[in-house]
Amino acid sequence: MSETHTFRLDGDEVPFAEGQTVIQAALSAGRYIPHLCYHPEFKPHGSCKVCTVKADGRAAASCTLPARAGMAVESDTEEMNDLRRTLVQMLFAEGNHFCPSCEKSGNCMLQALGYDLGVMTAGFRHFFPDRPVDASHPDLLLDFNRCILCELCVRASCEVDEKCVFALSGRGLDKHLVVNAVSGRLADTDVALGDKAVEVCPVGVILKKRVGFAQPIGARRYDARPISAQALDDAPRPGNHRSGCGACEEGAK
Amino acid sequence: MISHLETAEHPEKLRRVAIEPISRVEGHGKVTLLLDEDDHVRQARLHIVEFRGFEKFIQGRPYWEVPVMVQRLCGICPVSHHLAAAKALDQVVGATHLTPTAEKLRRLMHYGQILQSHALHFFHLSSPDLLFGFGSDVARRNIVGVAAAYPEIARQGILLRKFGQEVIRVTAGKRVHGTSAVPGGVNKNLDKDERDILLKDVYQMIGWSRDAVHLARRLFEQNLEEYNAFGRFAAHNLSLVRADGAMDLYHGGLRARDKDGKTLFDHVEYSHYWDYIFEDVKAWSYMKFPFFRSLGPEDGWYRVGPLTRVTQCDFIDTPLADHERRDFIAFDNGRATGATLAYHWARMIEMLHAAEMIKELLHDDDLLGSDLLVQGERQERGVGMIEAPRGTLIHHYRVDENDLVVRANLIVSTTHNNQAMNEAIRRVAEQYLDGRQLTEGLLNHIEVAVRAFDPCLSCATHALGKMPLELELVDAEGTRIDALSRAA
Repeated sequence: MSETHTFRLDGDEVPFAEGQTVIQAALSAGRYIPHLCYHPEFKPHGSCKVCTVKADGRAAASCTLPARAGMAVESDTEEMNDLRRTLVQMLFAEGNHFCPSCEKSGNCMLQALGYDLGVMTAGFRHFFPDRPVDASHPDLLLDFNRCILCELCVRASCEVDEKCVFALSGRGLDKHLVVNAVSGRLADTDVALGDKAVEVCPVGVILKKRVGFAQPIGARRYDARPISAQALDDAPRPGNHRSGCGACEEGAK
Repeated sequence: MISHLETAEHPEKLRRVAIEPISRVEGHGKVTLLLDEDDHVRQARLHIVEFRGFEKFIQGRPYWEVPVMVQRLCGICPVSHHLAAAKALDQVVGATHLTPTAEKLRRLMHYGQILQSHALHFFHLSSPDLLFGFGSDVARRNIVGVAAAYPEIARQGILLRKFGQEVIRVTAGKRVHGTSAVPGGVNKNLDKDERDILLKDVYQMIGWSRDAVHLARRLFEQNLEEYNAFGRFAAHNLSLVRADGAMDLYHGGLRARDKDGKTLFDHVEYSHYWDYIFEDVKAWSYMKFPFFRSLGPEDGWYRVGPLTRVTQCDFIDTPLADHERRDFIAFDNGRATGATLAYHWARMIEMLHAAEMIKELLHDDDLLGSDLLVQGERQERGVGMIEAPRGTLIHHYRVDENDLVVRANLIVSTTHNNQAMNEAIRRVAEQYLDGRQLTEGLLNHIEVAVRAFDPCLSCATHALGKMPLELELVDAEGTRIDALSRAA
């Protein structure tokens, strides 16, 4: 077993094993750092920047930052949470996130994070992009309006499902989710119900058809507990006997 | 019909008075009056000034999202839209018959909705007019004034509404904008704790609802001649009734009677409603004007809502409400059944019926069952109809092979009542305003007529008490010569 060292997170000692990132060590130790594109089963991606912390005074994404002995990490501070709030507001403004009629409401990481960070308004002018849904697949629906470009489906489809159905295309403001078919239609890919790529979507983009709103209010993932508490249950760490992501396991049921 | 007041012959020479927005109703609307030099009313119109566009923007959305999305039409009776959409989509998923648990849970939700909406309308929005007088001091003609002068009435109204909202919370998941009705059934049942919470209070609610019926009756009796005549007009009627003729606010066949009480059609299965009802368009209103096809747009308009339902049903199958219905029908040789202000009385009879039905359902163990969903052969089209608090509500959808909505048609209760409300304000304009110097109190008579229908003018959400009243008097050259305004 590798040697255990510690770093300081908001003044408290947090142990870590060799090779762990700051967010892995923090979650293992029962300390929450807000995040969206980080997933315990996949290699760090560092795209959403919500997990950004200050390490020895310099900002860095904690999902890609290797933990280092003696490092001083600031996370739950007004400054960092203000920045995170702004990032989440930008995501809301960029897509069409109509929580009141979204079937992912109550199970959505973006919505839950918005609540947890105290996002009261979008804060920016909404883009209201025109993004028609792809309903061509018999069992799955793609609602591009809610994509936050986390690439979790891209990673899951390639690394776990070994199908590489999804990819991001374009750059900057034009970046968007595409599917790997000449027609561009989901029906012409080999994606299937039960694929990891389907379960892993943290927002309401990849949806199983005809089962929306099957879960009553009160039984949804973030109805009873905020994401900051729920994420600690989901993280693989000593004591919770979980090998993978709790959200995915629930979604697969 | 008072059609001569719909369009004046030479409007350019007339003075325009606008009541905008109309207060103590749901949504934004305005009334415009055109007056000649002697203050005679030459034109009176009720306008709906908002355009919501729901029928358009649900196109391209997956059908299972619709019951949750369309209920955002309204913050007062979202349950009605939620259930009408779910009923339409039951047909799309081939669910011809729901499980007993699903059907009864939806009914319980609906009766909670009827109770809370009727309580809100009668106590919060209309009782200030009825208790203080239509032209009374505007400073106290509101729910705060009622609470000061009649604290027990205000308290009961508030608690009745709260109880109805609790029924909605335990059945739909939230007091406003729940999610439990899904195509083919429901996503939850009732647990014993939820049932027991409601059972504890339901008998009190029945008692208070009966008191409310008696209050509405007393107000009518005390002002008999005025109430009978106020905004009165003859109209055809449309409502759903159960197969045995009983009042059924959740499901039934269409019954239409003409203004003389003669049956036009009865127990019509509503999935082809367009064979019986069509919608006319007028250049001056965003709201359409439905009419019976067989009678045409000029004479085929009709009235819906509590007054129609209570007078058209053969009986109500809860004892207290049916007793009150019979008293109402017999009262004053049946004259009240055609009175615009009798809407309030009929509304309270329905509230009593809803409270009795809630009690009945709470004693039914089917609500605790776990068999929630059914589906069958997929259909392309679905029509859902329900008796919402304000009247008959129609949701109609067509869904493509990819599960997306391609067409939607919603005919909401207030649309059915469009011409009827216009008739009522024209009658009141003739009765009270014609040839007189306009005051705030006189103009409120117009609003009293609109409020009798409990319109949801745009099916929109509004905060109570936030709508100011602004009146402008403009001469023929467009110069403002007088103005009245009232703060929220």
